[in-house]
Amino acid sequence: MTLLDKFEPLQQARERLRGLGIDPFNVVVEKILSPTEAIVDGRRVILAGTNNYLGLTFHPECIAAAVRAVEEEGCGTTGSRMANGNYADHLALEREFAQFYDKPYSVVFSAGYLANLALLSTLPGADDVILIDADCHASIYDGCKMSAAEVIRFRHNDVDDLDKRLRRLKDRARRTLVVVEGIYSMFGDTAPLKAIAEVKDRYGAYLMVDEAHSLGVLGERGRGLAEAEGVEDRVDFIVGTFSKSLGAIGGYCVSPHRVLDTLRYAARPYIFTASASPAQIASTRVALRLLRDGGELRRRLWANAERFYNGLKALGCRLGPQLSPVIPVILGESREESLAVWKELLEGGVYVNLVMPPATPDHRCLLRCSMSAAHTPEQIDTLLQVFAKVFSAHGMAAD
Amino acid sequence: MKSYQETLSELLETIRVLVPNAGKVDEDTELVGSLGLDSMKVMNLLQEVEDRFDVSIPLNVLPDVRTVGDLARKIHQLLQEQ
Repeated sequence: MTLLDKFEPLQQARERLRGLGIDPFNVVVEKILSPTEAIVDGRRVILAGTNNYLGLTFHPECIAAAVRAVEEEGCGTTGSRMANGNYADHLALEREFAQFYDKPYSVVFSAGYLANLALLSTLPGADDVILIDADCHASIYDGCKMSAAEVIRFRHNDVDDLDKRLRRLKDRARRTLVVVEGIYSMFGDTAPLKAIAEVKDRYGAYLMVDEAHSLGVLGERGRGLAEAEGVEDRVDFIVGTFSKSLGAIGGYCVSPHRVLDTLRYAARPYIFTASASPAQIASTRVALRLLRDGGELRRRLWANAERFYNGLKALGCRLGPQLSPVIPVILGESREESLAVWKELLEGGVYVNLVMPPATPDHRCLLRCSMSAAHTPEQIDTLLQVFAKVFSAHGMAAD
Repeated sequence: MKSYQETLSELLETIRVLVPNAGKVDEDTELVGSLGLDSMKVMNLLQEVEDRFDVSIPLNVLPDVRTVGDLARKIHQLLQEQ
Protein backbone atom coordinates (compact mmCIF):
# COMPACT_ATOMS: atom_id res chain seq x y z
CA MET A 1 0.00 0.00 0.00
CA THR A 2 1.60 3.27 -1.08
CA LEU A 3 0.77 6.89 -0.35
CA LEU A 4 -1.31 7.09 -3.52
CA ASP A 5 -3.18 3.76 -3.56
CA LYS A 6 -6.12 4.98 -1.50
CA PHE A 7 -7.18 7.18 -4.41
CA GLU A 8 -7.67 4.19 -6.72
CA PRO A 9 -11.45 3.78 -6.03
CA LEU A 10 -11.95 7.49 -6.67
CA GLN A 11 -9.96 7.31 -9.90
CA GLN A 12 -12.06 4.35 -11.03
CA ALA A 13 -15.26 6.27 -10.24
CA ARG A 14 -13.98 9.18 -12.37
CA GLU A 15 -13.20 6.78 -15.23
CA ARG A 16 -16.78 5.48 -15.10
CA LEU A 17 -18.08 9.05 -15.29
CA ARG A 18 -15.79 9.72 -18.24
CA GLY A 19 -17.44 6.78 -19.98
CA LEU A 20 -20.68 8.73 -19.75
CA GLY A 21 -19.21 11.41 -21.99
CA ILE A 22 -19.43 14.23 -19.46
CA ASP A 23 -18.50 14.41 -15.81
CA PRO A 24 -21.29 16.14 -13.81
CA PHE A 25 -18.77 17.05 -11.13
CA ASN A 26 -16.33 18.69 -13.50
CA VAL A 27 -18.49 20.49 -16.02
CA VAL A 28 -16.75 22.97 -18.31
CA VAL A 29 -18.67 26.18 -18.85
CA GLU A 30 -17.25 27.10 -22.23
CA LYS A 31 -18.79 30.53 -22.26
CA ILE A 32 -20.94 32.29 -19.73
CA LEU A 33 -23.54 34.38 -21.54
CA SER A 34 -25.58 35.96 -18.75
CA PRO A 35 -26.65 35.19 -15.15
CA THR A 36 -28.99 32.53 -16.53
CA GLU A 37 -27.38 31.20 -19.73
CA ALA A 38 -24.12 29.58 -20.78
CA ILE A 39 -22.53 27.34 -23.39
CA VAL A 40 -21.85 23.91 -21.88
CA ASP A 41 -20.61 20.94 -23.88
CA GLY A 42 -21.15 22.87 -27.10
CA ARG A 43 -24.78 23.77 -26.48
CA ARG A 44 -26.66 26.75 -25.08
CA VAL A 45 -28.17 25.89 -21.70
CA ILE A 46 -30.35 27.64 -19.13
CA LEU A 47 -28.53 27.80 -15.81
CA ALA A 48 -30.82 26.51 -13.07
CA GLY A 49 -28.09 25.27 -10.76
CA THR A 50 -26.21 28.36 -9.61
CA ASN A 51 -26.50 30.44 -6.45
CA ASN A 52 -27.00 33.65 -8.41
CA TYR A 53 -30.21 34.42 -6.50
CA LEU A 54 -30.45 38.10 -7.38
CA GLY A 55 -28.76 37.74 -10.77
CA LEU A 56 -26.17 40.43 -10.02
CA THR A 57 -23.10 38.81 -11.62
CA PHE A 58 -23.53 40.86 -14.80
CA HIS A 59 -25.00 44.00 -13.25
CA PRO A 60 -23.44 46.96 -15.13
CA GLU A 61 -22.77 48.92 -11.92
CA CYS A 62 -20.99 45.96 -10.31
CA ILE A 63 -18.91 45.41 -13.45
CA ALA A 64 -18.03 49.11 -13.72
CA ALA A 65 -16.93 49.23 -10.07
CA ALA A 66 -14.78 46.10 -10.52
CA VAL A 67 -13.15 47.48 -13.69
CA ARG A 68 -12.40 50.78 -11.98
CA ALA A 69 -10.86 48.99 -8.99
CA VAL A 70 -8.61 46.86 -11.20
CA GLU A 71 -7.41 49.95 -13.05
CA GLU A 72 -6.81 51.99 -9.91
CA GLU A 73 -5.70 49.32 -7.37
CA GLY A 74 -4.44 46.41 -9.48
CA CYS A 75 -5.47 42.78 -9.84
CA GLY A 76 -4.56 41.52 -6.37
CA THR A 77 -3.43 42.56 -2.91
CA THR A 78 -0.59 39.98 -2.82
CA GLY A 79 -0.82 39.44 0.91
CA SER A 80 -2.73 39.27 4.13
CA ARG A 81 -4.27 42.28 5.82
CA MET A 82 -2.23 41.73 8.97
CA ALA A 83 1.11 41.72 7.14
CA ASN A 84 0.46 43.87 4.10
CA GLY A 85 -2.08 46.37 5.37
CA ASN A 86 -5.77 47.07 4.89
CA TYR A 87 -6.95 48.59 1.64
CA ALA A 88 -9.40 51.43 2.22
CA ASP A 89 -12.14 49.58 0.33
CA HIS A 90 -11.90 46.52 2.61
CA LEU A 91 -12.55 48.76 5.60
CA ALA A 92 -15.31 50.62 3.77
CA LEU A 93 -17.06 47.33 2.97
CA GLU A 94 -16.80 46.30 6.63
CA ARG A 95 -18.41 49.57 7.68
CA GLU A 96 -21.15 49.01 5.12
CA PHE A 97 -21.85 45.48 6.36
CA ALA A 98 -22.01 46.79 9.95
CA GLN A 99 -24.47 49.52 8.88
CA PHE A 100 -26.52 47.08 6.80
CA TYR A 101 -26.99 44.75 9.78
CA ASP A 102 -27.01 47.56 12.37
CA LYS A 103 -24.24 45.78 14.32
CA PRO A 104 -21.15 47.44 15.76
CA TYR A 105 -18.60 44.90 14.52
CA SER A 106 -17.94 43.45 11.09
CA VAL A 107 -15.05 41.55 9.49
CA VAL A 108 -14.61 40.68 5.83
CA PHE A 109 -12.85 37.43 4.84
CA SER A 110 -11.39 36.23 1.54
CA ALA A 111 -14.10 33.55 1.13
CA GLY A 112 -17.28 32.44 2.85
CA TYR A 113 -15.55 29.13 3.53
CA LEU A 114 -12.77 31.00 5.35
CA ALA A 115 -15.29 33.01 7.39
CA ASN A 116 -16.68 29.77 8.84
CA LEU A 117 -13.20 28.32 9.39
CA ALA A 118 -12.08 31.53 11.12
CA LEU A 119 -15.04 31.75 13.50
CA LEU A 120 -15.27 28.08 14.39
CA SER A 121 -11.55 27.39 14.71
CA THR A 122 -10.96 30.39 16.96
CA LEU A 123 -14.03 31.31 19.03
CA PRO A 124 -14.68 27.98 20.80
CA GLY A 125 -11.58 26.76 22.63
CA ALA A 126 -10.49 23.54 24.32
CA ASP A 127 -13.07 23.55 27.12
CA ASP A 128 -15.94 24.82 24.97
CA VAL A 129 -18.59 23.05 22.90
CA ILE A 130 -19.86 23.52 19.33
CA LEU A 131 -23.38 22.22 18.79
CA ILE A 132 -24.15 22.00 15.06
CA ASP A 133 -27.22 21.06 13.04
CA ALA A 134 -26.45 17.70 11.38
CA ASP A 135 -27.14 19.14 7.89
CA CYS A 136 -24.67 22.02 8.22
CA HIS A 137 -22.39 22.80 5.28
CA ALA A 138 -18.94 21.21 4.91
CA SER A 139 -17.29 24.55 5.76
CA ILE A 140 -18.90 24.36 9.21
CA TYR A 141 -17.76 20.77 9.71
CA ASP A 142 -14.26 21.73 8.55
CA GLY A 143 -14.18 24.70 10.95
CA CYS A 144 -15.18 22.31 13.74
CA LYS A 145 -12.32 19.98 12.78
CA MET A 146 -9.88 22.86 13.16
CA SER A 147 -11.27 23.73 16.58
CA ALA A 148 -10.06 22.33 19.88
CA ALA A 149 -13.67 22.39 21.16
CA GLU A 150 -15.90 19.37 21.66
CA VAL A 151 -18.22 19.03 18.66
CA ILE A 152 -21.74 17.61 18.99
CA ARG A 153 -24.43 17.30 16.31
CA PHE A 154 -28.16 17.66 16.80
CA ARG A 155 -30.83 16.27 14.47
CA HIS A 156 -31.58 18.55 11.54
CA ASN A 157 -34.03 21.32 12.50
CA ASP A 158 -35.04 19.36 15.62
CA VAL A 159 -35.39 21.92 18.44
CA ASP A 160 -36.27 19.22 21.00
CA ASP A 161 -33.02 17.40 20.20
CA LEU A 162 -31.09 20.67 20.56
CA ASP A 163 -32.80 21.29 23.89
CA LYS A 164 -31.93 17.78 25.08
CA ARG A 165 -28.27 18.16 24.16
CA LEU A 166 -27.97 21.55 25.85
CA ARG A 167 -29.58 20.06 28.97
CA ARG A 168 -27.00 17.25 29.00
CA LEU A 169 -24.20 19.82 28.92
CA LYS A 170 -25.32 21.36 32.24
CA ASP A 171 -23.01 24.30 33.12
CA ARG A 172 -21.06 23.82 29.90
CA ALA A 173 -24.11 25.03 27.95
CA ARG A 174 -22.94 28.57 28.74
CA ARG A 175 -19.71 27.82 26.89
CA THR A 176 -21.52 26.43 23.86
CA LEU A 177 -21.83 27.88 20.37
CA VAL A 178 -24.95 26.64 18.55
CA VAL A 179 -24.50 26.74 14.75
CA VAL A 180 -27.32 26.67 12.20
CA GLU A 181 -27.95 27.92 8.67
CA GLY A 182 -30.59 30.32 7.34
CA ILE A 183 -31.43 28.24 4.27
CA TYR A 184 -29.88 24.78 4.00
CA SER A 185 -28.03 24.41 0.72
CA MET A 186 -29.30 20.99 -0.38
CA PHE A 187 -32.98 20.84 0.66
CA GLY A 188 -33.62 24.59 0.69
CA ASP A 189 -35.39 24.45 4.04
CA THR A 190 -35.01 27.11 6.73
CA ALA A 191 -34.01 26.69 10.36
CA PRO A 192 -36.77 27.12 13.00
CA LEU A 193 -34.75 30.08 14.21
CA LYS A 194 -37.19 31.64 16.65
CA ALA A 195 -37.52 28.38 18.59
CA ILE A 196 -33.76 27.78 18.39
CA ALA A 197 -33.08 31.29 19.77
CA GLU A 198 -35.49 30.65 22.64
CA VAL A 199 -33.79 27.39 23.57
CA LYS A 200 -30.24 28.79 23.40
CA ASP A 201 -31.32 31.80 25.52
CA ARG A 202 -32.80 29.49 28.14
CA TYR A 203 -29.44 27.74 28.53
CA GLY A 204 -27.26 30.84 28.12
CA ALA A 205 -25.58 29.48 24.98
CA TYR A 206 -24.37 31.52 21.98
CA LEU A 207 -25.84 31.37 18.48
CA MET A 208 -24.15 31.61 15.08
CA VAL A 209 -26.26 31.67 11.90
CA ASP A 210 -24.76 31.09 8.47
CA GLU A 211 -26.90 33.17 6.10
CA ALA A 212 -24.96 32.10 2.97
CA HIS A 213 -28.10 31.11 1.04
CA SER A 214 -30.54 33.44 2.80
CA LEU A 215 -28.74 36.80 2.42
CA GLY A 216 -30.67 38.79 -0.15
CA VAL A 217 -33.37 36.10 -0.21
CA LEU A 218 -35.16 36.39 3.15
CA GLY A 219 -36.20 39.39 5.23
CA GLU A 220 -37.71 42.68 4.18
CA ARG A 221 -34.27 44.24 3.75
CA GLY A 222 -32.68 41.00 2.58
CA ARG A 223 -30.63 40.46 5.74
CA GLY A 224 -31.62 36.81 5.93
CA LEU A 225 -33.55 34.42 8.14
CA ALA A 226 -32.73 36.19 11.42
CA GLU A 227 -34.39 39.33 10.05
CA ALA A 228 -37.35 37.38 8.65
CA GLU A 229 -37.90 35.66 12.02
CA GLY A 230 -37.40 38.85 14.02
CA VAL A 231 -34.54 37.44 16.11
CA GLU A 232 -31.54 39.46 14.91
CA ASP A 233 -30.92 40.82 18.41
CA ARG A 234 -30.62 37.27 19.73
CA VAL A 235 -28.02 36.06 17.22
CA ASP A 236 -24.43 36.45 18.37
CA PHE A 237 -22.64 35.92 15.06
CA ILE A 238 -24.06 36.18 11.54
CA VAL A 239 -21.81 34.73 8.85
CA GLY A 240 -22.30 34.96 5.11
CA THR A 241 -20.74 34.96 1.69
CA PHE A 242 -20.36 37.29 -1.28
CA SER A 243 -20.50 34.33 -3.68
CA LYS A 244 -24.26 33.90 -3.90
CA SER A 245 -26.64 36.87 -3.83
CA LEU A 246 -23.73 39.34 -4.02
CA GLY A 247 -22.28 37.67 -7.14
CA ALA A 248 -18.55 37.79 -6.24
CA ILE A 249 -16.21 35.89 -3.85
CA GLY A 250 -15.61 36.61 -0.18
CA GLY A 251 -17.12 36.19 3.26
CA TYR A 252 -18.17 38.27 6.24
CA CYS A 253 -19.23 38.12 9.85
CA VAL A 254 -21.16 40.71 11.86
CA SER A 255 -21.70 40.67 15.60
CA PRO A 256 -22.68 42.75 18.60
CA HIS A 257 -19.60 41.32 20.40
CA ARG A 258 -16.33 43.26 20.37
CA VAL A 259 -14.45 39.98 20.37
CA LEU A 260 -15.19 39.68 16.63
CA ASP A 261 -12.80 42.56 16.02
CA THR A 262 -10.17 40.88 18.20
CA LEU A 263 -10.36 37.71 16.09
CA ARG A 264 -8.31 39.59 13.47
CA TYR A 265 -5.31 38.88 15.73
CA ALA A 266 -6.16 35.25 16.41
CA ALA A 267 -8.05 33.64 13.51
CA ARG A 268 -5.59 31.86 11.24
CA PRO A 269 -7.96 31.72 8.22
CA TYR A 270 -8.07 35.54 8.43
CA ILE A 271 -4.36 36.07 9.05
CA PHE A 272 -2.67 33.53 6.80
CA THR A 273 -4.33 34.19 3.46
CA ALA A 274 -4.26 37.02 0.95
CA SER A 275 -7.07 39.53 1.30
CA ALA A 276 -9.83 39.69 -1.33
CA SER A 277 -8.89 41.39 -4.59
CA PRO A 278 -9.85 45.05 -5.15
CA ALA A 279 -12.29 44.05 -7.92
CA GLN A 280 -14.15 41.64 -5.65
CA ILE A 281 -14.45 44.17 -2.86
CA ALA A 282 -15.54 46.93 -5.24
CA SER A 283 -18.26 44.89 -6.97
CA THR A 284 -19.48 43.58 -3.59
CA ARG A 285 -19.85 47.12 -2.24
CA VAL A 286 -22.16 47.95 -5.14
CA ALA A 287 -23.98 44.61 -4.93
CA LEU A 288 -24.63 45.10 -1.20
CA ARG A 289 -26.31 48.43 -1.97
CA LEU A 290 -28.38 46.81 -4.75
CA LEU A 291 -29.31 43.96 -2.40
CA ARG A 292 -30.32 46.38 0.36
CA ASP A 293 -32.57 48.25 -2.06
CA GLY A 294 -33.55 45.05 -3.85
CA GLY A 295 -37.16 44.54 -2.79
CA GLU A 296 -38.20 44.15 -6.41
CA LEU A 297 -35.39 41.63 -7.09
CA ARG A 298 -36.53 39.57 -4.09
CA ARG A 299 -40.13 39.68 -5.27
CA ARG A 300 -39.10 38.43 -8.73
CA LEU A 301 -36.89 35.73 -7.19
CA TRP A 302 -39.75 34.36 -5.07
CA ALA A 303 -42.23 34.57 -7.96
CA ASN A 304 -39.78 32.58 -10.11
CA ALA A 305 -39.22 30.05 -7.34
CA GLU A 306 -42.96 29.58 -6.94
CA ARG A 307 -43.52 29.18 -10.68
CA PHE A 308 -40.79 26.53 -10.99
CA TYR A 309 -41.69 24.73 -7.73
CA ASN A 310 -45.38 24.49 -8.63
CA GLY A 311 -44.52 23.39 -12.17
CA LEU A 312 -42.29 20.59 -10.90
CA LYS A 313 -44.92 19.59 -8.35
CA ALA A 314 -47.51 19.33 -11.13
CA LEU A 315 -45.12 17.00 -12.96
CA GLY A 316 -45.17 14.73 -9.93
CA CYS A 317 -41.58 15.43 -8.88
CA ARG A 318 -40.60 14.72 -5.27
CA LEU A 319 -39.50 18.09 -3.94
CA GLY A 320 -37.98 19.46 -0.74
CA PRO A 321 -39.93 20.21 2.43
CA GLN A 322 -40.70 23.86 1.66
CA LEU A 323 -40.79 26.42 -1.13
CA SER A 324 -37.50 28.28 -1.50
CA PRO A 325 -35.20 29.44 -4.32
CA VAL A 326 -33.22 26.24 -3.64
CA ILE A 327 -35.41 23.50 -5.11
CA PRO A 328 -34.23 19.91 -4.75
CA VAL A 329 -35.79 17.29 -7.02
CA ILE A 330 -35.32 14.07 -5.12
CA LEU A 331 -34.41 11.07 -7.24
CA GLY A 332 -33.90 7.48 -6.16
CA GLU A 333 -30.92 5.55 -4.87
CA SER A 334 -29.75 4.50 -8.35
CA ARG A 335 -26.67 6.52 -9.27
CA GLU A 336 -26.77 5.26 -12.86
CA GLU A 337 -30.31 6.45 -13.45
CA SER A 338 -29.62 9.79 -11.72
CA LEU A 339 -26.61 10.32 -13.97
CA ALA A 340 -28.71 9.50 -17.04
CA VAL A 341 -31.46 11.93 -15.98
CA TRP A 342 -28.94 14.71 -15.34
CA LYS A 343 -27.23 14.13 -18.71
CA GLU A 344 -30.51 14.12 -20.64
CA LEU A 345 -31.55 17.38 -18.97
CA LEU A 346 -28.24 18.90 -20.06
CA GLU A 347 -28.73 17.61 -23.60
CA GLY A 348 -32.14 19.25 -23.51
CA GLY A 349 -30.55 22.60 -22.58
CA VAL A 350 -30.99 22.55 -18.79
CA TYR A 351 -28.11 22.80 -16.33
CA VAL A 352 -28.82 21.76 -12.73
CA ASN A 353 -26.57 20.27 -10.05
CA LEU A 354 -26.41 16.50 -9.59
CA VAL A 355 -25.79 15.64 -5.95
CA MET A 356 -25.10 12.14 -4.70
CA PRO A 357 -24.61 10.64 -1.23
CA PRO A 358 -22.69 11.37 0.96
CA ALA A 359 -23.20 15.00 -0.16
CA THR A 360 -26.98 14.59 0.15
CA PRO A 361 -28.77 14.58 3.52
CA ASP A 362 -29.86 10.96 3.07
CA HIS A 363 -29.22 7.92 0.85
CA ARG A 364 -30.95 9.34 -2.24
CA CYS A 365 -29.51 11.29 -5.17
CA LEU A 366 -31.01 14.65 -5.99
CA LEU A 367 -31.02 17.34 -8.62
CA ARG A 368 -30.36 20.61 -6.88
CA CYS A 369 -32.11 23.35 -8.82
CA SER A 370 -32.00 27.02 -7.95
CA MET A 371 -33.85 30.04 -9.16
CA SER A 372 -32.62 33.56 -9.88
CA ALA A 373 -34.42 36.88 -10.06
CA ALA A 374 -32.87 37.07 -13.54
CA HIS A 375 -34.79 34.05 -14.91
CA THR A 376 -37.65 35.01 -17.20
CA PRO A 377 -41.04 33.24 -17.01
CA GLU A 378 -40.33 31.91 -20.52
CA GLN A 379 -37.04 30.35 -19.37
CA ILE A 380 -38.82 28.68 -16.44
CA ASP A 381 -41.46 27.27 -18.76
CA THR A 382 -38.71 25.91 -21.02
CA LEU A 383 -37.05 24.30 -17.99
CA LEU A 384 -40.33 22.64 -17.06
CA GLN A 385 -40.88 21.35 -20.60
CA VAL A 386 -37.46 19.69 -20.62
CA PHE A 387 -38.02 18.22 -17.15
CA ALA A 388 -41.39 16.84 -18.30
CA LYS A 389 -39.82 15.16 -21.33
CA VAL A 390 -36.89 13.62 -19.45
CA PHE A 391 -38.90 12.55 -16.40
CA SER A 392 -41.60 10.99 -18.61
CA ALA A 393 -38.96 8.99 -20.45
CA HIS A 394 -37.77 7.63 -17.08
CA GLY A 395 -41.26 6.94 -15.75
CA MET A 396 -40.78 9.60 -13.09
CA ALA A 397 -43.49 12.05 -14.13
CA ALA A 398 -47.16 11.96 -13.23
CA ASP A 399 -49.49 10.99 -16.08
CA MET B 1 -24.23 4.00 37.85
CA LYS B 2 -24.13 1.31 35.16
CA SER B 3 -21.03 -0.88 34.95
CA TYR B 4 -19.17 -1.26 31.65
CA GLN B 5 -20.66 -4.75 31.21
CA GLU B 6 -24.18 -3.40 31.73
CA THR B 7 -23.55 -0.61 29.24
CA LEU B 8 -22.18 -3.10 26.72
CA SER B 9 -25.17 -5.43 27.11
CA GLU B 10 -27.61 -2.58 26.65
CA LEU B 11 -25.70 -1.33 23.61
CA LEU B 12 -25.65 -4.80 22.02
CA GLU B 13 -29.38 -5.11 22.58
CA THR B 14 -29.97 -1.66 21.01
CA ILE B 15 -27.84 -2.45 17.96
CA ARG B 16 -29.62 -5.79 17.43
CA VAL B 17 -32.96 -3.97 17.35
CA LEU B 18 -31.73 -1.14 15.12
CA VAL B 19 -29.75 -3.36 12.72
CA PRO B 20 -31.82 -6.56 12.60
CA ASN B 21 -29.89 -8.01 9.64
CA ALA B 22 -26.50 -7.55 11.25
CA GLY B 23 -26.01 -11.23 12.17
CA LYS B 24 -23.84 -11.99 15.18
CA VAL B 25 -22.92 -8.81 17.06
CA ASP B 26 -20.44 -8.76 19.94
CA GLU B 27 -17.88 -6.50 21.60
CA ASP B 28 -15.41 -6.91 18.72
CA THR B 29 -17.87 -6.23 15.89
CA GLU B 30 -16.71 -3.32 13.77
CA LEU B 31 -19.36 -0.62 13.35
CA VAL B 32 -18.60 0.25 9.73
CA GLY B 33 -17.17 -2.98 8.32
CA SER B 34 -18.96 -5.84 10.10
CA LEU B 35 -22.40 -4.28 10.57
CA GLY B 36 -22.59 -3.50 6.86
CA LEU B 37 -23.29 0.17 7.55
CA ASP B 38 -21.87 3.11 5.62
CA SER B 39 -20.64 6.16 7.52
CA MET B 40 -24.01 7.95 7.15
CA LYS B 41 -25.94 5.00 8.59
CA VAL B 42 -23.46 4.79 11.46
CA MET B 43 -24.20 8.45 12.26
CA ASN B 44 -27.94 7.67 12.31
CA LEU B 45 -27.32 4.64 14.50
CA LEU B 46 -25.30 6.79 16.90
CA GLN B 47 -28.19 9.25 17.25
CA GLU B 48 -30.49 6.42 18.31
CA VAL B 49 -27.86 5.11 20.74
CA GLU B 50 -27.42 8.62 22.19
CA ASP B 51 -31.16 8.80 22.89
CA ARG B 52 -31.17 5.37 24.49
CA PHE B 53 -28.38 6.31 26.91
CA ASP B 54 -29.32 10.01 27.19
CA VAL B 55 -25.77 11.04 26.32
CA SER B 56 -24.18 13.12 23.52
CA ILE B 57 -21.22 11.47 21.82
CA PRO B 58 -18.85 14.18 20.51
CA LEU B 59 -17.75 13.87 16.86
CA ASN B 60 -14.15 14.34 18.03
CA VAL B 61 -14.07 10.91 19.71
CA LEU B 62 -15.39 8.98 16.70
CA PRO B 63 -11.97 8.38 15.06
CA ASP B 64 -11.12 6.26 18.14
CA VAL B 65 -14.39 4.32 18.01
CA ARG B 66 -14.01 1.31 15.71
CA THR B 67 -15.82 -1.54 17.47
CA VAL B 68 -18.97 -1.96 19.53
CA GLY B 69 -16.70 -2.35 22.56
CA ASP B 70 -14.98 0.98 21.82
CA LEU B 71 -18.41 2.65 21.66
CA ALA B 72 -19.56 1.01 24.91
CA ARG B 73 -16.38 2.18 26.69
CA LYS B 74 -16.88 5.74 25.40
CA ILE B 75 -20.55 5.79 26.49
CA HIS B 76 -19.59 4.39 29.88
CA GLN B 77 -16.94 7.11 30.29
CA LEU B 78 -19.36 9.88 29.23
CA LEU B 79 -22.03 8.62 31.64
CA GLN B 80 -19.49 8.61 34.48
CA GLU B 81 -18.51 12.20 33.66
CA GLN B 82 -22.12 13.40 33.72
